[in-house]
Amino acid sequence: MPAAAPFPARAARPLLALASGLAAFALRADDPVRVGEYASLTGKEASWGQSSHKGITMAVEEINAAGGVLGRRIELITEDNQSVPGQSATAAKKLIARDKVVALLGEVSSGRSLEAAPVAQGARIPMIAPASTNPKVTQVGSYIFRVCFIDSFQASVIAKFVGGELKARRVAILSSVSNAYSVGLARIFRERFAAAGGVISGEQKYSEGDKDFRAQLTAIGAAGCDAVFVPGYYEEAALIVRQARDLGLAMPFVGGDGWVSDQLLLIGGDALNGCYYSTHFSPENDSPVVRRFVSGYRARWENETPDAFAALGYDAVGVLADAIRRAGSTEGPRLRDAIAGTRNFMGATGETTIDANRDASKPATIIAIRGGRLNYLEAVAP
Amino acid sequence: MSEFLQQLINGLSLGAIYALIALGYTMVYGVLRFINFAHSDVFMVGAFIGYYVGRHLPEGTVWGGLIAMAAAMAGCAVLGIGIERLVYRPLRSGPTLNVLITAIGMSLFLEYSGQLVFGATPRAFPSIFPAKLIEVHGLIVSMNQVIVIVVAAVLMVALEFAVFKTKIGTAMRAVALNPKAAQLVGINIDVVISFTFGLGSALAGAGGVLYALNYPSIDPLMGLVPGLKAFVAAVLGGVGNIPGAALGALILGMVETFVDGSRWSTYKDAIAFATLIGILLFRPAGLLGRFTAEKV
Repeated sequence: MPAAAPFPARAARPLLALASGLAAFALRADDPVRVGEYASLTGKEASWGQSSHKGITMAVEEINAAGGVLGRRIELITEDNQSVPGQSATAAKKLIARDKVVALLGEVSSGRSLEAAPVAQGARIPMIAPASTNPKVTQVGSYIFRVCFIDSFQASVIAKFVGGELKARRVAILSSVSNAYSVGLARIFRERFAAAGGVISGEQKYSEGDKDFRAQLTAIGAAGCDAVFVPGYYEEAALIVRQARDLGLAMPFVGGDGWVSDQLLLIGGDALNGCYYSTHFSPENDSPVVRRFVSGYRARWENETPDAFAALGYDAVGVLADAIRRAGSTEGPRLRDAIAGTRNFMGATGETTIDANRDASKPATIIAIRGGRLNYLEAVAP
Repeated sequence: MSEFLQQLINGLSLGAIYALIALGYTMVYGVLRFINFAHSDVFMVGAFIGYYVGRHLPEGTVWGGLIAMAAAMAGCAVLGIGIERLVYRPLRSGPTLNVLITAIGMSLFLEYSGQLVFGATPRAFPSIFPAKLIEVHGLIVSMNQVIVIVVAAVLMVALEFAVFKTKIGTAMRAVALNPKAAQLVGINIDVVISFTFGLGSALAGAGGVLYALNYPSIDPLMGLVPGLKAFVAAVLGGVGNIPGAALGALILGMVETFVDGSRWSTYKDAIAFATLIGILLFRPAGLLGRFTAEKV
């Protein structure tokens, strides 16, 4: 965008005075620190927004109960993007312009984080994505961070698992054409798996909103393969595996963290037995931090067991609060530098260290679905 | 060869569902000369009725499935008649454009009321019919696909019978031909139009249940994509023409399936719609439609 039209100096002065007056007002000690969250609380990927929102809410409540940050309470302001493309940038603008938040939290979906990130970057408001794994998200600019691993790591973990534990030589890929996460994960998997000597037996595509995958699956079955990689979201993944079983395809289907949802087993049912996916977190981990988080979460949310996105939402708030304390300020550039300086922050998903690319490196956990239940198979360190 | 036959079956079951929705579009157009955009949302309501009724029935029985489907058809018929009576009828004497815009409004109303009432989160649809796989010479057909194809075929034959062999069907055709003249010979137009909406909506309700059975995840916006495809199918076959809608739906289902199963799956919708444009270039009134000059 071109620079704003030159402003008459006379008009600018009172405006500046007003702006600094507002800033002084915003910094009063009893004012809460406003943190904005945009999430898919309803719609297709509602299960993710609900999980991350619960994790974030719980973290904010814990911090406030312990006295807040810089002697001020944290106030969480949440916007729902309804899982719809195009809503996240609007939500981010609203949170920054109207609610004057000091930082943004969101999203789980990489596509929607990519929509909001330029807004945060332009306004110099730090944004922490809890679970967006596409590498492009933090490449938007210096104010965009994440507290999860990225897809190049996730794809190599899956490629190694498929070639190693599953002993698959020929793997087919079924990915979405219109989803940044799916496209990225498929591309990196293809490179890594081929580099390790595997063969990609076929690559089929679907678009968002598709519900019939029989044609692609028939082609995949006809080409023959030992496993199918489905780097999509849980609703599609569940339908894909169901339809594959209907077509008599019995090989394991493997996915990424897009499969994480309690809806996966509800929609997919028994068809999912013998499938695997990678994720960020295991509630069965017995480190004291994880145990405290899991029991606290169960107590707060009607005995629900937290999933990866709840844990990452919780950690995103932890990293942010820690940075605000170290910065001693909620001002954009100083807060940004403090977040960038996060080292060995201990959270529910392990230690978070923000690297030069504003990414975090975290271990990945492989989950096996057996007998209609999730079993934690192994954790792979970065 | 077996892959080709398998894709043929896949395309047939997809086309059968498109056909059930397309029939409703085409019937209303045939009688009233306007596109009922709320039709795809009646389809969604049908799936939800099936969901609520199906949860109270034992899973995996034929009679349970038929009850759920009958309930969805009845509920949707009432909804369709209600929409026509309350929303479209007061506007019938006005310009067609008014009704068309109102139909779009009605569609959005149903979608977002659905989000309010049912919630926006997708739900898992119960498997109300017995799930079984049938294998013949390496070809695999699921019970659900068979049910979709059989039910769609039965309903289409029944519709053809209703339109051409019954008194009310004759009245429908008379109204379609010339509403004024039909009124002059003593046909009650209101009853015929209500009946048309009821019948079309009942088919959409059945389509909703069958769709949800095959793709068991339903949400209030689920009607959008299949509704659009079915509309395209109706235009492809010649809008206003009942066998045309079925033929158009079958062609669309086949084209989509074969493109999806090929290396060009990325361009599925582009190729499907290019086919539509291609056919309409050569047959502007659709495959079975008769071209009539609009009187000004």
